[in-house]
Amino acid sequence: MQDATPGQTAALIQVAGLEFAWPGTKQPVLHIPSFSLKPAERLFLHGPSGSGKSTFLSLLTGIHLPQAGSISILGQNLAALSGGGRDQFRASHLGYVFQQFNLLPYLSVIDNVMLPCRFSRLRRERANDVRAQALHLLERLDLLTVRNKPSTALSVGQQQRVALARALIGAPEILIADEPTSALDAERRNAFIELLFECAEENETAVLLASHDQHLATAFDRSISLAEINHATVNRHV
Amino acid sequence: MFRIALFSMLNRRLTVVLAILTVALSVLLLVGVERLRTEARNSFSNTVSGTDLIVGSRTGSVQLLLYSVFRVGNATNNIGWDSYLKLAHDPRVAWTIPISLGDSFKGFPVLGTTADYFKYLRYGDEQPLHFTRGGMFRHTHDAVLGANVANKRNYVLGQKIVLTHGSGDGALSDHSDQPFTVVGVLAPTGTPVDDSVHVSLDGLTAIHEGWQSGSASILSTTGIYAADENRAIPPPETITAFYVGLKSRTSLFSYQRKVNQYREETLMAIMPGVALSELWQLMKVAEQALLIVSVFVMVIGLLGMLTALLTGLDERRREMAILRSVGARAWQIFLLVMGETLWLVSIGILLGMSLLYLALLIARPILRETYSLNISLYWPTRSECGLLLATLLAGAVIGAIPAWRAYRMSLNDGLSQKI
Repeated sequence: MQDATPGQTAALIQVAGLEFAWPGTKQPVLHIPSFSLKPAERLFLHGPSGSGKSTFLSLLTGIHLPQAGSISILGQNLAALSGGGRDQFRASHLGYVFQQFNLLPYLSVIDNVMLPCRFSRLRRERANDVRAQALHLLERLDLLTVRNKPSTALSVGQQQRVALARALIGAPEILIADEPTSALDAERRNAFIELLFECAEENETAVLLASHDQHLATAFDRSISLAEINHATVNRHV
Repeated sequence: MFRIALFSMLNRRLTVVLAILTVALSVLLLVGVERLRTEARNSFSNTVSGTDLIVGSRTGSVQLLLYSVFRVGNATNNIGWDSYLKLAHDPRVAWTIPISLGDSFKGFPVLGTTADYFKYLRYGDEQPLHFTRGGMFRHTHDAVLGANVANKRNYVLGQKIVLTHGSGDGALSDHSDQPFTVVGVLAPTGTPVDDSVHVSLDGLTAIHEGWQSGSASILSTTGIYAADENRAIPPPETITAFYVGLKSRTSLFSYQRKVNQYREETLMAIMPGVALSELWQLMKVAEQALLIVSVFVMVIGLLGMLTALLTGLDERRREMAILRSVGARAWQIFLLVMGETLWLVSIGILLGMSLLYLALLIARPILRETYSLNISLYWPTRSECGLLLATLLAGAVIGAIPAWRAYRMSLNDGLSQKI
């Protein structure tokens, strides 16, 4: 409740009294009284697999709606938007990185990076020259030499970096990454996180990274555990 | 979005090509059968055109048509020459073509007639007969061959041919004493004309002199009848039937009534178009069975495509999740899959039609020569367009199934990558 006051400290993501159960089930898998992400903050969300982490992220991205409580992103209550409106909103303000298999295999690396700008006018306008920004991001991530290769020709580490470039193009306010490093070895993991922070900083993008890997937490501004904020009883047995 | 769809399909090109081929071959079969059906019917109902009535001795109208036009079966009775003359000189009549059947040449029917046959007979779209070589008969023992007869053994002009008395396997004996000379060959028509040997009525009378008993008399075997080409031949006693062209079609029914009520002989006059469509009714069952089979092939083709699309969809869940994560709306996913199906079906239809025209182009000369079936090349007719539209609609209905599944899937899966 400490972020309820409007002003310069207004949170990017504000969750209050959230409750979510899968359709057809009565037991809620998530019951999160409070959660927030501040502008340009780097937040680490720890949770073992099966703890409802992905479900929580799907609520934050507006794929699913909670049965109770509210999720506001940039002051916009997601529940007030239509399904298509939430899609549009997500396209404009969120960058997303998967655990792996981030890229469309039939598009080249640079086409993959420019993909969000096809779906969001806001990000297209913010990028100004889409191709130039894509090239800049690729250069930044040391991917310039592979820009015209099919994405299937890339190593896993390269693919994750391409996904990062794609998530950051058009400077969305929030970058959400779901286990982005679990396919990488320890050395590359840290390098990846470092690059992620550098690029996010350039764009003033806040980072919400969810992982089971507690080691990553040290580099972040703040670290919370899903088990701590989630009061739903169903997952307690893990 | 279009680019994404295109590249996505290129990525799955084997499945896509197979799906297109399935649709293309189904379209080829469906429209091909429809076209053959129409062409066969047209060619059939245009076997005789421009002839208002066919007159023969009283029998069933289909039977009269069968022997007078298709040279199938035999006349129960002939028409007396006197009756023919009386009816032919009616003021309503513009022209007549008498025909006399009964003999054969190596299995082909021999048709005795007059020069008016080549002048007035029309087939197809009111087309007259043409000679590819030579001309019509002038002497008693001249013969004009139909296209098939000439092609079969490469008969040349001036060649002598011997007719056989009667027809079929039970044919009695040859008219070897009076051979005929080939003086003309007709262009192919796709009608029974192609299979006929045409001689003058005089020629038929001449070779049957002395055959009144049914076989050759001693006198006829000596060859004295054949000796003089220019001797006077008496008119025939009877003919098998005659075609009538009237000056005005308004007198059709009054003239038909006159023939049907003719007192001296029991005759009948039929309108060839009506009788032809009666005869076609007999074949309609087979014709429709063919169409039904090809419709089922189309349904099976579309179901095959549905199977391929649905199987492919499970493999594409990751692709959908990525598209959703970069901002694709759920309805865009629906459109992506739906559009792909419609595109596949459209390309399949285009390919199928191209294959059809290619096949027609190749098969045309073969069909014309072997089956006398004249297939003309023309743009898709309205009923064919209807079939194609129905195919496209069926494709849309079928495409909605995987599209809806993809839509539901992308709503539920969202950004989670179910593998």
